Amino acid sequence: MRGAGLVMTLVAGVALASALSLSLGAADLAATDAGLAVLSRIPGLSGLDPGLSRAQETIVFELRLPRLLLALLVGCALAVAGVVMQAFFQNPMAAPSIIGISAGASVGATIAVVAGLSIGIGGLGPIPVAAFVGAMAVTALVYALSRRGGRTPVGVLLLTGIAIGSLMSALAALILVTGQDPTRRDLDLVVYWMLGSVAGKTWAHVTLIAPYVLAAGAVTWVFSRDLNVLSLGDDAAHYLGLNVEQVRLILLALSSLLTAAAVAVSGVIGFVGLIVPHLMRIVTGPDHRVLLPASGVAGGVLLALADVLSRTVAAPTEIPLGIITSLLGAPFFLYLLHRRREYGM
Amino acid sequence: MDDPVLAAVGLRCGYEEREVIRGVTLSLRQGEFVGLIGPNGAGKTTLLRALAGRMRADSGRVELRGEPIERIPRRQVARVLAVVPQISAAPFEFTVREVVAMGRTPHLGRLQGEREEDRAAIERALELTRTQDLAQRPVTELSGGEFQRVVVARALAQEAPLMLLDEPVSHLDIGHQVEIFDLLLRLNQEEGRTILCISHDLNLASRYCSRIVAIAQGVVAAEGPPESVITEEEIGRLYGCEVHVDRGPEGRPRVTPLRRRPTS
Repeated sequence: MRGAGLVMTLVAGVALASALSLSLGAADLAATDAGLAVLSRIPGLSGLDPGLSRAQETIVFELRLPRLLLALLVGCALAVAGVVMQAFFQNPMAAPSIIGISAGASVGATIAVVAGLSIGIGGLGPIPVAAFVGAMAVTALVYALSRRGGRTPVGVLLLTGIAIGSLMSALAALILVTGQDPTRRDLDLVVYWMLGSVAGKTWAHVTLIAPYVLAAGAVTWVFSRDLNVLSLGDDAAHYLGLNVEQVRLILLALSSLLTAAAVAVSGVIGFVGLIVPHLMRIVTGPDHRVLLPASGVAGGVLLALADVLSRTVAAPTEIPLGIITSLLGAPFFLYLLHRRREYGM
Repeated sequence: MDDPVLAAVGLRCGYEEREVIRGVTLSLRQGEFVGLIGPNGAGKTTLLRALAGRMRADSGRVELRGEPIERIPRRQVARVLAVVPQISAAPFEFTVREVVAMGRTPHLGRLQGEREEDRAAIERALELTRTQDLAQRPVTELSGGEFQRVVVARALAQEAPLMLLDEPVSHLDIGHQVEIFDLLLRLNQEEGRTILCISHDLNLASRYCSRIVAIAQGVVAAEGPPESVITEEEIGRLYGCEVHVDRGPEGRPRVTPLRRRPTS
């Protein structure tokens, strides 16, 4: 599916996810009222205002809308990063966290909380900044360790990433365990963050990552043709005129930026970056000029829907989003693998 | 004589600790059709990769139109030099047309759509390799031979005057082998394209190429017209087996392998 049909399907998906996300929760609102209330804030559409109560307005605009937008942004970032990693490694099994980015973010977050660093921006506490720095630092480390005489062979990069990823996970756990102090409630924050969630997130989180996600996503799309060529293999890409090392470094930086921004605010959310590109490749075909933006939107929709599940299935308890995506994502991924035999792996 | 379009001068290169090419000086002139032969592990593919700027020279140099190849921007190189590498599996289900269209990459800006001339080049490449019936098929579903023709088509869509091919017919039946070599000969004779082609099939190389370069243990062991290189002595020494060489129906040397030479 391409063209108008694809665009309409994706728009319908965003509308559905938004309506559900704005209306469902501890206090149920009519989907139309919640949706109209949001639309009525757009200049020129004020006539649509359904006249919600003050409390309802607060729920929609201060709790659910930022949470919805954050889910859309995080899902988009992870899906686009997943598309890039799969082309980068010429392997449909690659995911954004494959080279240890999430583990790096975890170490950053853990160190910041245990050491009591005060590096928050916009009153957000130290986790987002520390996780972001940790993620980017680990990417740089993995890249530096994978250099071989002016080249970074993908196989070396992949294995180095897996090794450094395990090391960082162990390090994060070690810091958590040894830094454990019953009087310190903030360590629970780290554990909860690691499970992945967009619950309780505010406009400050949205405005923190929106510029990174949108800008990095747009620049990545400019490299769509490079991604196409790169997925034929490094040699083929070189022979077709690509400066392979340079383009790969740019793409690695972009996908790390996207993943780091997502992980910083939402913690570790698995499977979105793996499944969405897979699924959308079946729908749109592998041409990145279409696949990349389609995956971005679909990733946002999927995560927003998963977030609705996370706060409704066991209400009033919230199940962390990362648990939902892995619970649903893993079996679905196995189904996809079973359905498509040609990967031969 | 013309200046060479592509040349290796005292080239040495290899991988990590192992030197594969040990001092090769070789030049390709405009309009030549050169066959690169030699036993397994002699360094043919490594030499081709170095000539295409894919491997850095440890010493010596590769020059494209007189300029060191690593100093020319990759895009510019890809507009004059197309490579058909040994085939590898495609991980994603691009259609044949999409893969052939990627041959236009060096001619297009990042955000530029296909122009009329690009479409024409793609159509022509599909037609010349007779892959137009496969155009909408995913490359993951092709046979080895079909995919090999698609990779040749991709290189043709590049419209480069210089082509390097690494065993382009290794997966093809004799009908398609002759078809690809006929096509290369036509591009060579009618359009003046310069071609260097690695071949394990000595008879195809002998029949189609204007010059043969034989590589053994990383150096040029023999070079010249097929008549002077495809001889019982040269081929016997090169491959370590006894052969019988006579003339094929079109007058070029023809090789029949007889037996492995006893190791002395």
